[in-house]
Amino acid sequence: MSFEPGQRVRVSAREHRGHHRTPGYLKGRVGTVERCQGSFTNPETRAYGDSGLPKQALYLVRFENGHPVSADIYEHWLEEAE
Amino acid sequence: MSHDHDGHDHPHEPVGRDGEPPAAARARALEELLVEKGVITRETVREGIDWLVSRTPADGARLVARAWVDPAFKARLLENAREAALELGLNPGEAPVVAAVENTGEVHHLVVCTLCSCYPRALLGPPPDWYKSLPYRSRAVSDPRGVLAEFGVELDPDVEVHVLDSTADIRYLVIPQRPEGTEGMPEEDLAALVTRDSMIGVARASSPAAAAA
Repeated sequence: MSFEPGQRVRVSAREHRGHHRTPGYLKGRVGTVERCQGSFTNPETRAYGDSGLPKQALYLVRFENGHPVSADIYEHWLEEAE
Repeated sequence: MSHDHDGHDHPHEPVGRDGEPPAAARARALEELLVEKGVITRETVREGIDWLVSRTPADGARLVARAWVDPAFKARLLENAREAALELGLNPGEAPVVAAVENTGEVHHLVVCTLCSCYPRALLGPPPDWYKSLPYRSRAVSDPRGVLAEFGVELDPDVEVHVLDSTADIRYLVIPQRPEGTEGMPEEDLAALVTRDSMIGVARASSPAAAAA
């Protein structure tokens, strides 16, 4: 699954014990993909001495919080939204 | 060192040295272990710190000043900030990736790292302490206009405030608006107006009058 700019996506609301880069205040939120940032090693495994491979696609996603807030979210935290 | 904690209670020797903050004690313990195990050397650590503290906002300011005087360069900076920095002979670092965003009359960008303290260190040097503080990190995303007002930036209600939360591998650098009354100024003088805070988005670039005062 990969996403395109303009696509609506939902951030998974799942809990994750240990290091991860999905901020709590965006979990479960729906936003719009602004930009594909490329692929990067996975910090969730790299933080514990692993290679972080396979790389994960990273997206700049724009959310409405009363004002726009954009954050970089890894693909495995995103799902398609209506 | 090893002992068990089966329901007993006993005093511990403090881990930190006199007055040493817990985080510093943890960092020191980690460093000592890594050196002891041969993973890193003291020299590597020293070189890393030396490089980091030798970085200053002057590098970022050079990028911004060039972008102000050269629209084609600005387009390249917005497209690929790393390449643009290399073009000026600056070192953008191998990773993370630096990206530039532009403040205009319509949109004002504000950069935060709600998770920790991600910051374009290669081009701006170490972040200010307030950037790492919990109040800034939480309020920048919940009340950015209030934060900006406290930094002395009153924006027109029509101007959109767009917060960038640098959660992963990208580090954001703001290109502030070029101040009025700077037409024809040499690029070096323009760079002196580009403050660290203006590249985080919590301030405007200095006006020539304020900079001269």
